[in-house]
Amino acid sequence: MSSTNKQRIDSQHNDSLLRFMTCGSVDDGKSTLIGRLLYDTKTILADTLTQITRTSEKRGLTAVDLSLLTDGLQAEREQGITIDVAYRYFSTGTRKYIIADAPGHEQYTRNMVTAASTANLAIILIDARKGVLTQTRRHSYLAHLVGIPHIVVAVNKMDLVNYDQAVYDKICADYLVFANEIGLAQSQIAAGNDISFIPMSALNGDMLVDRLDNMPWYDGKTMIEMLEAAPSAHTEHNEPFRFPVQFVCRPHASDNPELHDFRGFMGRIESGEIAVGDAVTVLPNGYQSKVKAIQIGEAQLQSATTEQSITLLLEDEIDTSRGDMIVKSCEAQEPVKQIDAFVCWLSETPMSPARTYVIRHTTRESKAKVGAIHYKVDVNTLEEQATIDLKMNDIARITFKLAQPLMVDSYNTNRATGAFIIIDESSNNTVGAGMII
Amino acid sequence: MTTKQENPRQPLSHLDWLESEAIYILREVAGQCSNPVLLFSGGKDSLCILRLAEKAFRPGRFPFPLMHIDTGHNYKEVIDFRDQRAAELGERLIVRNVEDSMKRGTVVLKSADESRNKHQSVTLLEAIEEFGFDCCIGGARRDEEKARAKERIMSFRDEFGQWDPKNQRPELWSLYNARSHKGENIRAFPISNWTEMDVWQYIEREKLQLPSIYFAHQRDVVMRGGSIVPVNVPLVNGEVANPVKVGEEIINMQIRFRTVGDISCTAPVISDADDVSKIVLETATSTITERGATRLDDQTSDASMEQRKKEGYF
Repeated sequence: MSSTNKQRIDSQHNDSLLRFMTCGSVDDGKSTLIGRLLYDTKTILADTLTQITRTSEKRGLTAVDLSLLTDGLQAEREQGITIDVAYRYFSTGTRKYIIADAPGHEQYTRNMVTAASTANLAIILIDARKGVLTQTRRHSYLAHLVGIPHIVVAVNKMDLVNYDQAVYDKICADYLVFANEIGLAQSQIAAGNDISFIPMSALNGDMLVDRLDNMPWYDGKTMIEMLEAAPSAHTEHNEPFRFPVQFVCRPHASDNPELHDFRGFMGRIESGEIAVGDAVTVLPNGYQSKVKAIQIGEAQLQSATTEQSITLLLEDEIDTSRGDMIVKSCEAQEPVKQIDAFVCWLSETPMSPARTYVIRHTTRESKAKVGAIHYKVDVNTLEEQATIDLKMNDIARITFKLAQPLMVDSYNTNRATGAFIIIDESSNNTVGAGMII
Repeated sequence: MTTKQENPRQPLSHLDWLESEAIYILREVAGQCSNPVLLFSGGKDSLCILRLAEKAFRPGRFPFPLMHIDTGHNYKEVIDFRDQRAAELGERLIVRNVEDSMKRGTVVLKSADESRNKHQSVTLLEAIEEFGFDCCIGGARRDEEKARAKERIMSFRDEFGQWDPKNQRPELWSLYNARSHKGENIRAFPISNWTEMDVWQYIEREKLQLPSIYFAHQRDVVMRGGSIVPVNVPLVNGEVANPVKVGEEIINMQIRFRTVGDISCTAPVISDADDVSKIVLETATSTITERGATRLDDQTSDASMEQRKKEGYF
């Protein structure tokens, strides 16, 4: 065992985690990009490599096809397409990565939205020979709509344009023109977010993990350096404290009499920070109290932060249950019974404006009726069009009337408390995804 | 004077993040399902989930019982450990046996030595019906096998326990939908996003106890079809599994198990890793995937896991 390897393992105990997604089609080299990242970070082990080598030979290929690493289910292989979001994992020693690999075709808008919902960075692939295409616009719009803070535009297949800097520069310029048109560039900058560009060849590995020497004119970061430098989701913003109650722990039946009055509010901090002694309000009822203790398992904490699952104990006995939201008293929001949102329809059954649906927002549910469908957005031209219903993959701006009050923030200020899903009670399926305006 | 922006938050370590996510998922199951159960085999993944459940629900009791579907062909060390761990936690353990399904005639083996592993699905579905469970929490991970890479955190199964890859609910943000109608079932996977390495690092960090067969030990084995196969394994019921066949040469070897399951389909690896930190090192430098080397049942065909899941396997 070399000492570098030992260090690598020790450091894994303190490393962070980044979730990102890749947007593009097989033609753009998306599978090859992912295969290359897994291969060059040595995530691929011998038996997997043997397996794909064998498949490559069977298909008559001369070199190992790295895109086979992300080859999907039998059902998909038969159709030769990817129909669903797949999750892949790799680690560099300083960071763990979760890749959401979504198909890029128009009819899979819902899969892209799904993959984007948990991603903090998106790699948008452009074929250097083709430049900015309709699908590039679609991917960029969706990444923007779902609020991915870091966008990396990867101009791939540079090997097929002789690694020509002029080609790369032109594509970057074209992209920026378009990004300005849709307001992507401005809003990314306004929110402290960014768009980066990188030339690469996923097939050869140029600018992925290794720089290689085909593009001496590019002195920016390699792909892996960009990924290593991107902030983790919860370190970026100073959002108000939002703590949806998931479960209330009342072990009064326990043999331990000391626990008779124990009442722990369990949940995950969706945003912000909390400390012992902070004044809090429980919504929607508005009861006020102070934080008595914060626990994770047997560990007692003085404070806790975004994305930690904790148990919160309050000074006062307050009747609180799943679906309530604990906030800092100085940052309390007003519960609402109407929301205006962008909705992506996910179900093969179209949305019927006459029906009642269930909206799940954080840990809370409410029945909801459509108040108005304002317009739908053509994801290719970004045109707003009048519509009376919503079909799968449609994106529309809708107003809902709610039976129960919800404690919401706007999606562009808070991805956790600005998001909801729509459930069809007859099938129990998740039929829509919403982002509150 | 400093503003908050100049003092960025420390990111959670990846283990803290994974732990927090798993606790969140367990609490969602508890909050959304009326009669869940935690599948517990005594294996390393399910032991991690027990630890996560402690962090999620203590000082209360777990809002679900534990259940093991026992093929009858498990290592005695693991079964003993399973019982001991459940007793230490003071939680209820349900055991349902594939052998009882065989007696009922719902499981019919092709031959006496056929692996019982895939038949666990039948016994599991029978137990789900017997107790009316609406959710089974399992320790499957997406990195284990490619049919799992697209698995949901909350995976929907129909009345026949079938997983239809084309009919899964979209899963966005952390808004998990664990609703089901009577007779239908949700399989919840709190450690979906963990890799084998994460599991071992968590075991090391939390100082979790494991069944002894995960650590290097001497054992009688034979080489069968390119795999190391333990032979003459004593079972809980006094019988002996994997008797040595004529012409096979018994070798006493230092081995350990990377996965633990039914004896017929779990092969060991040669190893001298006799504690958790050595296993972490070994995992980091391993050149073979966890299932590639050790799960005889996944090698049958390119799509064998996908096939078994469609039939109700967890």
